[in-house]
Amino acid sequence: MGSILIHAAEQGFAYGIAALGVFITFRILRFPDLTVDGSFVTGAAIASSLLTSMGVDPFLALAVAFGAGCVAGAVTGLLHTRLGITDLLAGVLSMIMLYSINLRIMGKPNISLLRVTTLSDVVEKALSPLGAVALLVVLAGLTFLIKLVLDAFFRTEFGLALRATGDNEAMIVSQGVNTKSMKVFGLALSNGLVAMSGALVAQYSGFADVGMGVGTIVTGLAAVIVGGSLIRSRRIGWMTASVLVGSLIYRVAVMFALRYGYLIGFQASDLKLVTSLIVIVALVIPTVRERLMRKVGSC
Amino acid sequence: MLDVQGVEKRFRSGADEVLALAGIDLHLDRGDFLTVIGSNGAGKSTLLHVICGVLLPTTGRVRLGGVDVTCAPAYRRARRISRIVQDPMKGTAPSMTVAENLALASKRRGRTLRPAISRRRRAAFVDRLSDLGVDLTTRLDDPVSTLSGGERQALAVAMATLSCPDLLLLDEHTAALDPKNAERIVELTRAFVEESGLTTIMVTHNMDQAIELGNRLAMMHKGQFVHEVRDEAKRRARVCDLVELFSRRHVADDELLLDPA
Repeated sequence: MGSILIHAAEQGFAYGIAALGVFITFRILRFPDLTVDGSFVTGAAIASSLLTSMGVDPFLALAVAFGAGCVAGAVTGLLHTRLGITDLLAGVLSMIMLYSINLRIMGKPNISLLRVTTLSDVVEKALSPLGAVALLVVLAGLTFLIKLVLDAFFRTEFGLALRATGDNEAMIVSQGVNTKSMKVFGLALSNGLVAMSGALVAQYSGFADVGMGVGTIVTGLAAVIVGGSLIRSRRIGWMTASVLVGSLIYRVAVMFALRYGYLIGFQASDLKLVTSLIVIVALVIPTVRERLMRKVGSC
Repeated sequence: MLDVQGVEKRFRSGADEVLALAGIDLHLDRGDFLTVIGSNGAGKSTLLHVICGVLLPTTGRVRLGGVDVTCAPAYRRARRISRIVQDPMKGTAPSMTVAENLALASKRRGRTLRPAISRRRRAAFVDRLSDLGVDLTTRLDDPVSTLSGGERQALAVAMATLSCPDLLLLDEHTAALDPKNAERIVELTRAFVEESGLTTIMVTHNMDQAIELGNRLAMMHKGQFVHEVRDEAKRRARVCDLVELFSRRHVADDELLLDPA
């Protein structure tokens, strides 16, 4: 049981970086960005290819994946802001383009990392005294470091302008901010994080698969919404913390579902259906609550 | 300071074309304070939008301090032009705090990766707010969405004036407020404009306000300036004079929809 919880926590942090990316587009920019389903795989594909063909340092592979994700996000941003394609469609187009690009990068639909040195191998070797929690400590540290950097960034002059772009675009234009550039930047940052998360997950699970990104937006949203309903704060530090808490809870729940779900007739393949249903319920609750209030109250 | 030459603005084209601005020429010297009155649809707001860059004119030029800004994007013009709009919800970022909104307004170019709110800046915000007599100094860390309409508009005035712009555009910025708050905001605006000598254009439906404030007054109708008074003539102007003047200019009274109170 303990080791399973450790695994769930490791995944919570590894996927938590992607959830932070989704948080940036969904909550900060209020831009429903579907690029992430593609850019998650792009990160995994690039890291895997670098590791298998060139034996690149596993941490360097994360950085390269981040850069590639930034490019993917910027493309979506430019499609939307410069070419006037609606936000959803811009993301879908990027996602579909990335499917082909990811296959190009990988050369085949699936790359195994069992025979190469991955981040997990490096960490377990370097921190062997820590035993079973070595990887968890590193993943938690890395994710928390990213959270702190994001917190600091969102308190800078530039970061504040990015937040205001999502909050009140017309107002921030009249304060001298080029909101088009801001959106491109925010989408790039978001997808960079998502791709980095994909690179981490690939190294962690020992393979990259061209279909591994399906539903990244939904699992990311699940983390954002679950965390946001537990920790209600407008302070940026608490908001990012809530995303990570949400991601951890989500992964633990998934672990239990996969382990005991068969008792109530679930299969592992039902996971995405259940996750989406949870997100739907979470999104609908405010509307339903208001309707109930109206019914109960005199108005 | 500001030169608007032969500006026309057409919305849509073909049969249902609307000529919102029908040849506007306007020159403001530094320190001029122009109030603009006119009925709904006279083109007052459209004119402000063309000046600040939210709309591009169909023909004509806009120059600011000798520089042609006709095609410059709104965010770039915002480095020199401040604007306060009618709706208190629209002039501020609601989910961000008072201090964060002020920080957004205190620097309009070259935003860096330095912390937006330093201790020094907080102190400066408190000074600025108390200079303006805005009672928000204890609420710096409250989200703007918790402020009342009047408080938000007071914050908007503080934000518009924080970065010392060259030109201030007021688009019926008191119209959504109750009379008491409206008066406070007008006082705030007057005090600031007089003290700083800021070049200002104020659009209003309130004739008393238009007469009371500024050194120039212009009347717009169907996308054109139909009358202007300034300086001595403006000081002597009374509401009834203006109403008569305008009706003599073949502008029917019922079209004016002016609020004489």
